[in-house]
Amino acid sequence: MWAMVLKEFRQLRRDRRTLAMMIMIPLLLLVVFGYAASFDVDEIPTIVVGPAAEEVADGLPELLVVTETLTGAGRTEAVEALRDGEAVAAIVAGGTPEILLDGGELFAARAAVTALARVPQAPEPTVLFNPDLSTPVVMIPAIIGLILVFVGTVATSLGVVRERQAGTLEQLAVMPFRPRDVFVGKILPYLLVAAIDLGIILPAAMLLFDVPFRGSPLVFALGAAVFLTVTLGVGVLISTVSQNQGQAIQLAIMTLLPQVLLSGMMFPLDSMAEGVRWIAYGLPLTYFVQISRGVMVRGAPLEAVALPILLLAVLGLAVFGLAALRFRRDLAPAGEGAAS
Amino acid sequence: MTIGVRGLTIRYGDRVGLEDLTLEVPRGSVTAVVGGDGAGKTSLLRALAGLLPAAGGSVDRPARERIGYVPGAHGVYQDLTVLENLEFAGRAYGVGGERFRDAARDLLERLDLTRARRRLAANLSGGMRQKLALGTALLHDPELLILDEPTTGLDPVSRADIWRLLAGAAAGGAAIVLATTYLSEAERAARVLVLQAGLALAQGSPQEVVESMPGALFTAPDRPARGHAWRRGAIWRVWSPDGSEIRGAAPASADLEDAVIVAALGHERR
Repeated sequence: MWAMVLKEFRQLRRDRRTLAMMIMIPLLLLVVFGYAASFDVDEIPTIVVGPAAEEVADGLPELLVVTETLTGAGRTEAVEALRDGEAVAAIVAGGTPEILLDGGELFAARAAVTALARVPQAPEPTVLFNPDLSTPVVMIPAIIGLILVFVGTVATSLGVVRERQAGTLEQLAVMPFRPRDVFVGKILPYLLVAAIDLGIILPAAMLLFDVPFRGSPLVFALGAAVFLTVTLGVGVLISTVSQNQGQAIQLAIMTLLPQVLLSGMMFPLDSMAEGVRWIAYGLPLTYFVQISRGVMVRGAPLEAVALPILLLAVLGLAVFGLAALRFRRDLAPAGEGAAS
Repeated sequence: MTIGVRGLTIRYGDRVGLEDLTLEVPRGSVTAVVGGDGAGKTSLLRALAGLLPAAGGSVDRPARERIGYVPGAHGVYQDLTVLENLEFAGRAYGVGGERFRDAARDLLERLDLTRARRRLAANLSGGMRQKLALGTALLHDPELLILDEPTTGLDPVSRADIWRLLAGAAAGGAAIVLATTYLSEAERAARVLVLQAGLALAQGSPQEVVESMPGALFTAPDRPARGHAWRRGAIWRVWSPDGSEIRGAAPASADLEDAVIVAALGHERR
């Protein structure tokens, strides 16, 4: 038995990455997720519209933080602001006063309902997009993204490492491929499979969980395509920095965990500590959650989700650049050309 | 353009992979690189293929489109069939349509893989897999063919098949360089490079390498008291560095194996 124990210790000592992950990562996870795991909503971005907007804005509960007052606007503009994700609550002041809440922001909307119930003579709030404040309506669009991250990252993370272990990576390096040929060639088949996955799980989710799809399928498809490219690119990047399949899976899971907890899928981004929130802004799922909830639940148009799509594209470029650099190291270490 | 390396130095951190090595790989012939484990054979081949950056010297090689490379680990996709592996190589090197069909048919026949063309590479024997690897490297008719121990671990029949293919490629004008641990095979090459610890100990035709052997070689039934001796079969070979006679040993004529061992012994003495 001691022979086995000693051998394992020696192997573990040489596998520095696993050892570092086993010792350092638990502390890191505790700190990061500890600051992220909060359902508490302290502030709800609110706009106030209508002729009496200024007066009403002063008398709101502390929880509703007024971000904008528009005396010249009415209910239509308020609904649009909620649909486009500019605010979570909208107060229509003047005429028949009305309180509108974005049901897509589940925790914030619930907190607002509770807070407003304590305000005497406050009108009954109207919850838009998700009137029953149903959890699946909000969770399913995010879970679709999570499934795609899981399928995409894990599958592609094995791609290059498998070539390395089989000895075919050297063969590829000698073949007249450019690093980007290999990168795109690795991603495209998985992109197709992931698109088929999306085509199956999206209607299934709508059918089984009664999730609405109010926006444009084209806008959703655009967001999903950019998101999938980034996700698969992350997988390839992981593959290029891993020496074996075990390391690749370890790293893929390490990118999955933070996306589950920090993307806003479970805990509202606004409830996270600022440092942790910045980590969330570096995760592709964060933006896909905004796109899928926006388009599916609120029916947000392209302009409303253009920023997350753009930020996803920037992430994609960064991932592509890093993977290409790694590929260049693996695939053209002695440079191009006939003679050095 | 000549193919080869001039004053090539390869380093792995502080460790020397190759030191100031010069080798020409002539077209239309096979050059064999021989040497023990860690001699630098693979480093030389990888540098020639453009896989290793040189710390010094230069590498003259054709463009990547004109190189065929078979790494030590076969380099075929186990989860593709024989034909699919060839198709991949064809597409990578721009060999398509009629040209691919003709080349693949011809190669499969010469590799004796026609009947196995729809079998997964994972289900091939070691020899068949190695022949397939050679086929993928030959498909585009390369100017330079680099093979890292293509016959190691194969049975004599498969080894003979592979040498027949190499001879055919060389006759077609390809410059072929291969690493091997089988000195009997190296004797079939037009040129031999003997490597030890990253240094070139000898190079030339097998005959030239044998003739360049310093000292004298003897054979004896028992291990003699002096001289450097090694066993070959039931008898001992003894090398006298200064050429002086060794009591109880009879003069013997050297072959490539003797010359390589003597070169290594001579290097150790220095």
